[in-house]
Amino acid sequence: MTGPVLELEVLRYRPETDQDPAFQSYTVPYNGDWVVLDALNHIKDNIDRTLSFRWSCHMAVCGSCGMMINGEPKLSCHTFLRDYYPGKVRVEPLTNFPIERDLVTVADDFMEKLASVKPYVIAKEDRPVNAGEHLQSPADLNSFKQYTMCINCMLCYAACPQMGLTPDFVGPAALALAHRYNLDTRDAGREERQEIAASNEGVWDCTFVGACSQVCPKAVDPAAAIQQTKIASTVDWYKTLLPPWGK
Amino acid sequence: MNRKPYVREMPKSWWLGQRRYTIYMVRELTCVLIGAYVLVILVGLFRLSQGPAAYGAFLDALQGPLAIGFHLLAFALALFHTVTWFGLTPKAMPLRFGEKTVPGTAIIMAHYVVWFVVSAGLLLVARV
Repeated sequence: MTGPVLELEVLRYRPETDQDPAFQSYTVPYNGDWVVLDALNHIKDNIDRTLSFRWSCHMAVCGSCGMMINGEPKLSCHTFLRDYYPGKVRVEPLTNFPIERDLVTVADDFMEKLASVKPYVIAKEDRPVNAGEHLQSPADLNSFKQYTMCINCMLCYAACPQMGLTPDFVGPAALALAHRYNLDTRDAGREERQEIAASNEGVWDCTFVGACSQVCPKAVDPAAAIQQTKIASTVDWYKTLLPPWGK
Repeated sequence: MNRKPYVREMPKSWWLGQRRYTIYMVRELTCVLIGAYVLVILVGLFRLSQGPAAYGAFLDALQGPLAIGFHLLAFALALFHTVTWFGLTPKAMPLRFGEKTVPGTAIIMAHYVVWFVVSAGLLLVARV
């Protein structure tokens, strides 16, 4: 190999042969325009075709290629080698998830949690198609737009120490999406979502570390959504003590 | 296909490796000294209820280097707690008026203004 090179240490785990994961070192050509995903694809195409990792869009939209890069949860398609060169780049699967193989994690638990908060519009009443669009004003949209930007990349789950300490925690992305639909003027499903969102495993397992918002590649700010849900749930509770709302 | 997912244990030292986790843990630990400070205040109130001599002895005990050191440390940690929490307030209470969003710095500054006004009011009442 001529020209500058960069060393990548990749955590490998092949369930059919490995008892424990272990780092494997690869040397790739250094290109300042490459992202970590390009380097992994170079390895896959030219050095070691057994290396497994997820990716799809290569443009920070699909949310498939999240990995720990030098200990930080990042989208590997969004992380340039030039920010590390000439240092080493250490790539691991997202923390707080079981490893399926190499850099591929098991996301089943996340998918279940996501579905549990019903992240879709639950309409107040059935609207016939010929009723036309269900209009919203720009002000309505502004109240929840940032939370619609979530791409389910799970970086926030890897960043959140509460996910590691209390694995039943519903987690940042799912709670941010619950909040997004609760704020939607077309939606009437808040009460259904609150069963999960306002439970102990919902917002109350969050201790506001704030790491989820710091690592989010889409500026969703799930920590904000969770704190706002805590306040709204607390207000709900106080209301139950007060007539005439009390149940 | 036989699956064998590998679960990694979370090390007990998870909060030592990264600055953001360490800062979080320090913020959490501030409650210990703030709790201790509240106990000191309660002891003071109790001694006050026992009469001037008991209260005088309590005030004397606060002059010792240990008590002064404790209060300085508790004050530093209370400041740390306050500043870091004020920094997070725009997340918990964003203000939106239609399409306009009030900048986070304005919400944080409003907290400092209220803090200083209340503190100044208390000092005025106490005639310090």
